Amino acid sequence: MTPNPYLWLVPLLPLAGAAINGFLGRRSSKRAISAIALVFCGLAFAMALYLAAGFSSASAPYSCDFAHWLRSGNFQVDFSFYLDQLSLVMLLVVTGVGFLIHIYSVGYMWDDDGYYRFMAYLNLFMFFMLTLVLAKNYLVMFIGWEGVGLASYLLIGFWFTKDAAAAAGKKAFIVNRIGDFGFLIALFLMIKYFGSLDFTHVFAAVRLMPAETAGASTLTAIGLLLMVGAAGKSAQIPLYVWLPDAMEGPTPVSALIHAATMVTAGVYMVARSSAIFDRAPTAMTVVAIIGTLTALFAATIGIAQTDIKKVLAYSTVSQLGYMFMACGVGAFSAGIFHLMTHAFFKGLLFLAAGSVIHGVGGEQDMRKMGGLRVYMPWTFLTMTIATFTIAGFPPLAAFFSKDEILWKAYSSPYGSWVYWLIGVITAFLTSFYMFRLWFLTFFGDYLGGTAESPVPRLPVSTLAVPTHGHHSDHSSDHGHGHEPHESSWMMLGPLVVLAVLSIVGGWVGIGDHFGRFLAPVFQTGGSSELVETAAESSGKWTETLLTLISVTAAFLGLYFAYVLYHKRRELPARIARSLGGLYDAVVHKYYIDEIYVALFVKPLIDGSTTILWHGIDQGVIDAAVNDSADAAREVSDKVRHMQSGNLRSYAGWVAAGGAVVIAYMVWMGVTH
Amino acid sequence: MIPLSYYLVLSGILFVCGVLGFLIKRNIITIFMSIELMLNGVNLSFVAFAAQWHSLSGQVFVFFVMVVAAAEAAVGLAIIIAVYRTRETLNVDQVNLLKL
Amino acid sequence: MFHLILFLFFGAICVAGAVNLLVQSHPINSALSLVVVMASLAGEYLLLGGEFVAAIQVIVYAGAIMVLFLITIMLLNAGKEERTKGSRVAILIGVPGVLIGGVLVTWTLLTRPNAQTVPIGALKGDSGSIARLLFHDFLLPFEVTSVLILIAIMGAVVLASRPEAVARGPRKDGR
Repeated sequence: MTPNPYLWLVPLLPLAGAAINGFLGRRSSKRAISAIALVFCGLAFAMALYLAAGFSSASAPYSCDFAHWLRSGNFQVDFSFYLDQLSLVMLLVVTGVGFLIHIYSVGYMWDDDGYYRFMAYLNLFMFFMLTLVLAKNYLVMFIGWEGVGLASYLLIGFWFTKDAAAAAGKKAFIVNRIGDFGFLIALFLMIKYFGSLDFTHVFAAVRLMPAETAGASTLTAIGLLLMVGAAGKSAQIPLYVWLPDAMEGPTPVSALIHAATMVTAGVYMVARSSAIFDRAPTAMTVVAIIGTLTALFAATIGIAQTDIKKVLAYSTVSQLGYMFMACGVGAFSAGIFHLMTHAFFKGLLFLAAGSVIHGVGGEQDMRKMGGLRVYMPWTFLTMTIATFTIAGFPPLAAFFSKDEILWKAYSSPYGSWVYWLIGVITAFLTSFYMFRLWFLTFFGDYLGGTAESPVPRLPVSTLAVPTHGHHSDHSSDHGHGHEPHESSWMMLGPLVVLAVLSIVGGWVGIGDHFGRFLAPVFQTGGSSELVETAAESSGKWTETLLTLISVTAAFLGLYFAYVLYHKRRELPARIARSLGGLYDAVVHKYYIDEIYVALFVKPLIDGSTTILWHGIDQGVIDAAVNDSADAAREVSDKVRHMQSGNLRSYAGWVAAGGAVVIAYMVWMGVTH
Repeated sequence: MIPLSYYLVLSGILFVCGVLGFLIKRNIITIFMSIELMLNGVNLSFVAFAAQWHSLSGQVFVFFVMVVAAAEAAVGLAIIIAVYRTRETLNVDQVNLLKL
Repeated sequence: MFHLILFLFFGAICVAGAVNLLVQSHPINSALSLVVVMASLAGEYLLLGGEFVAAIQVIVYAGAIMVLFLITIMLLNAGKEERTKGSRVAILIGVPGVLIGGVLVTWTLLTRPNAQTVPIGALKGDSGSIARLLFHDFLLPFEVTSVLILIAIMGAVVLASRPEAVARGPRKDGR
């Protein structure tokens, strides 16, 4: 373990930016705010590059003990940071993509009244996310974990005057908390059985334990509980419901938090805990099953959505399912590989979608778009690259990562052809709905032209409520033209960079360079090491065949989308009508939200209202106070009759009192 | 040779009669007289004890009690006259404005 | 023996007078009964040997205070008592209370073994001794009582005068 005294700077630089913008931003100029935000985020990125340049696998991992924290008997937790190959990858992804999105936000949110708040929250998010990936123990990771949940809540509900946004923020936070509950119990179990939360200690202790057979105790429990936390944070079944609602937030938020970085925290955590999962096969199987099912499930919902951001949201859920599938079959480095490429292309997709929305003046419904490739050439170009990438066409990035996952799902000792088959079907669906989006948005005739003056989504009031940014764009405010327009270069620049990364980002996977780079982290001595190297021996021909099948699936998706959404546009409606109820269920997201409300939300609210509010608060507490006041009034009402103004009654009372005293004294005298 | 307690019993009887008069009578002057009766009863017990313990201070105290009773009677009757002037009645039950 | 007879004689008159005060309905009768009580009490004091006390009892109490009462009764033209709505509390609670208290005290007094006897004329109650005590040990209270009486006089004058007489001050023609 090599000490590195500068690691702590990486998270704390964005925190400084957040503090400055948060406290002083209200009265600062927009240029100053942007400069602060970009400078501090950029410095973090520069430090990440510097650390990457100086990184050597021989002296890895690096650690940095920043400050003491908890000391309680034998239990000790400090603020410590840790840099190994896995955290380095995450660090570069988070700071790199984060920095690009910061630049994009400057253009996107420039005209918003809450601009300084937005930039402060973005920096705050960077701080928490970097704390999460650089943590050396589970508790510091948990700080980051909770913090990104908080930042997500703040940013989803950024336009807090809009009810839907506020509700979506709450929903995200609460569903996250359910996952965090599982995470916490896992931490408690770790403290109980290992006496420490530090990665090195825990994993060393775990590696000494034998692999648990199915259904056996501690490690399986810890693994399952960690998965609960990951399911909450990374939007897997059954805790994915917050992610589509989170699209209420501004598009840079969707890109950064809900595509590239925060939602991948769950995958990172599972990968980091690979030693635990490796010893608990049951938990790994559960992870794989959840991931696979989520991938398929979300893809089926995605094909029927009409809001461009919702399609991308379900796509994110689906792609995260792929990553968990990879981790579940023991191919942790494949999962991280896909995480990296996903950050590039999904971030690009969201930012481009933001550019589209911006260009058409706030419209998010794809049925009112069309033919935009003429008006927005650069957005069209970059989005095309991203769409082909996500579909899995070679030689773009996702081809390599997705194929690696599918191959490992088939060939790993933990895997099975069922995973592979579902993965291929999901790939077909992914390609289909992405190209559907592509065709609907950029081809055909522009269907939104009738909405001349772009209707604001919020009622514009005279108070300084924050207006959403994509209503008005760059500073050369040419009065919202009737036709769509391209975005400024502040927004297009990051798109181009991400597009380039989407093209080349997968090439690190050729020859398994990426896998070998990460191998020391996942060296567990258990079966997953075999998984990492299993590809070599198990038959190159099988692998090539499977690759061809998945590429074919991508082409099929493109073909079907072309037919249904470009050539014969009347077909989708006819198919929808003929499918009837099934189609309705898909469009309504299988009514999952309604089921959750009926099962959990409504009983909880009703229970709280009747039992806690009416029953205890009003019935017991208020009643106690009111009744004691009433009792006081009753008593004094009876007693006041003593004050009658009548002299003789007073004398009567005095005489009676005197008799009592005399009697008492006589009694005392007699009995003693 | 009489037991001291006889004098005290007599004093008690006088006192009880005074209290009863206070409670039963309706005329304010009669009530005032009952107060004087009570004071007399107490005076008697003072003198009785003074006799038992051969103390002169007891009698001096009786002297002072009488002085105070005189002053109190004078002022009290003046008040009664003033009340009679305003309320036109000597019935104590009708002087009851100080009530809740 | 002789002592007991005299004691009972004066005591009976005393009690009779007290009871009569309760029973009579006209305040003048009650006042006269009270005079009788005071006179008999003077006799009791003499039995105990308190000559000075007996004397001032007759002079001050029976002679001055009771005269004051009688003058007030005549001034206010107090008549027979009318039956008005009384206070239930006084009758129901006060009377039993005081009777119980009296019974308890009497019972206690009569059943105590500590029954010291007082001989007839036991008190050294001549004027000389009392005066010596009064003007030596109790000088201050004595002087204070003179102030007290002065205040009582002034208070009585103010309270009993007619309101407009006070406000107007003495009349010009000296009446």
